[in-house]
Amino acid sequence: MAESWDSGTKEAVKQIPLLTSIAGPRDKQEWQEKRLKQELQSLIKYIQLNKQTDSDWFTITSNKDGTHWSGKCWGGKICLTVHFKPLWAKNSPHFGIAHALCLGLAPWLAAEIPYMIGEGAIKVKS
Amino acid sequence: MEAEGAIAGIENIEQRISKMQGEMQGINARLEAAVKLADGSAYPTASAAKPAAAKKVQEPRTKETAMSAEVVDSNPYSRLMALQRMGIVSNYQAIRQKRVAIVGIGGVGSVAAEMLTRCGIGSLLLFDYDKVELANMNRLFFRPEQSGMTKTAAATETLININPDVELEGHTLNITTLNGFDEFKRILSDDTDKSRVDLVLSCVDNYEARMTINQVCLELNQTWLESGVSEDAVSGHIQLLQPGITACFACVPPLVVASGIDERTLKREGVCAASLPTTMGIIAGLLVQHALKLLLKFGEVTPYVGYSSLKDFFPTMSLKPNESCSNGLCCKLQSSQPTSELATTNPAADVDESSPFHEDNEWGIEVAPEAEAASSPALGEQALPEGLSYSLPVQQPAQSEVAPDAEEHMDNTEPSLEDLMQQLETASSSNKGDSKAH
Repeated sequence: MAESWDSGTKEAVKQIPLLTSIAGPRDKQEWQEKRLKQELQSLIKYIQLNKQTDSDWFTITSNKDGTHWSGKCWGGKICLTVHFKPLWAKNSPHFGIAHALCLGLAPWLAAEIPYMIGEGAIKVKS
Repeated sequence: MEAEGAIAGIENIEQRISKMQGEMQGINARLEAAVKLADGSAYPTASAAKPAAAKKVQEPRTKETAMSAEVVDSNPYSRLMALQRMGIVSNYQAIRQKRVAIVGIGGVGSVAAEMLTRCGIGSLLLFDYDKVELANMNRLFFRPEQSGMTKTAAATETLININPDVELEGHTLNITTLNGFDEFKRILSDDTDKSRVDLVLSCVDNYEARMTINQVCLELNQTWLESGVSEDAVSGHIQLLQPGITACFACVPPLVVASGIDERTLKREGVCAASLPTTMGIIAGLLVQHALKLLLKFGEVTPYVGYSSLKDFFPTMSLKPNESCSNGLCCKLQSSQPTSELATTNPAADVDESSPFHEDNEWGIEVAPEAEAASSPALGEQALPEGLSYSLPVQQPAQSEVAPDAEEHMDNTEPSLEDLMQQLETASSSNKGDSKAH
């Protein structure tokens, strides 16, 4: 695999529970009863872990059906197709939203934010 | 109850509105054609494009009620009806009763739409969210003066002039969005939630859209034809997808996932896919030929036809559905199929496996039982040779059965969905991430 993660990220992703259900929103019942619950459980666990290590860096909630997710992260946003999709595709069904945030958005922010500050594109609010 | 009724009523009205909007695009195109006829000019929009030497332009013809087989120069259907006399098609006029949806009106879809229009198809539903651009001009069908128009509007405008007998619906819609998916399914469905089309042609250029069509067609139990042209413009394929009978689009992972190619090497800023009008036209031709064979019941419909232009190679094969397909609906439809139907898609099905390969066994050769294979360790760290480890966490398959109460294992029974959503909201609202950014 072309991408590689730092040891901290790898340790973090190991602690997020893996998912077992392969259902999607179109599989109404199994989605509601299994996959969506597993997504929520792994996200809750990941947020708890972040709080323990004082790196609580995102918020996330979904609509009632779990088909539209929104939230805030420590700055910036990430494209779904190039960064998240390969991760999901290669690790279906065990990786969920929490794993994608951990392996996709977190390292991206860690690399891009200092660069953007250096370029003067964003400024630290004092 | 009253509120629910009202909501259902509103949804009903919304459905009708979206269907009517599509029909309106067709009517508008028809009207514009009539206005131009009255103006004495059949040329579209840009008047600057009109040639100075005012040539006499043929007026668009009026609608025909039935297809005539009469051999006269003025009959648009004489060459098609001749298919019956040649013994190829038994009832060509049946095409007037057929409704086809084309998803993606690009290099393949627009040409497919024109072919079906010229064949006198009963009605066409056209889906695309994009606009015509000058960058499309290396392909067929669209004209430079149509730049900026939606592809659906530009296509209906052209097609209605070519054949006013075809009912056209243009739907400017991105089917891969959350709402677009529902609307796409609604437009394809009739009042009883069954499919109202005879065939769906997929002429899209991305994986998400194909998976969307796959899902909708599985839900509606609708046969569809998939088409594709490679990013280097020199090869392509068409594929027949019959829910539960042939492989669905989720049965086999696409090449980029299966072979481990990094998708980032395929899509980069400033790099675009190559395309040729030739390859696009060939694939559109293969696709519509398949559609005609399916709709008018003639010839053989090969489940998969590939085209490699560099070697002039046309590989064909049949794709059996994957018994452990990731799409549960596909598995369900497979099990509801009579076995005889599945067997016909398998060319090796008539091999008799019951009789022994050799009648006698002079040397006493026998196959040893595969005891070792059965006792080999399950997937996990132990299964790897020394010095190797997985780069990412892997699920231990036995774990879910053996230790359902393990702490890190997902527990599906205890908290309700509402509880978990509440928990996530609480965890998110007491988040410190915001304060860090300040």
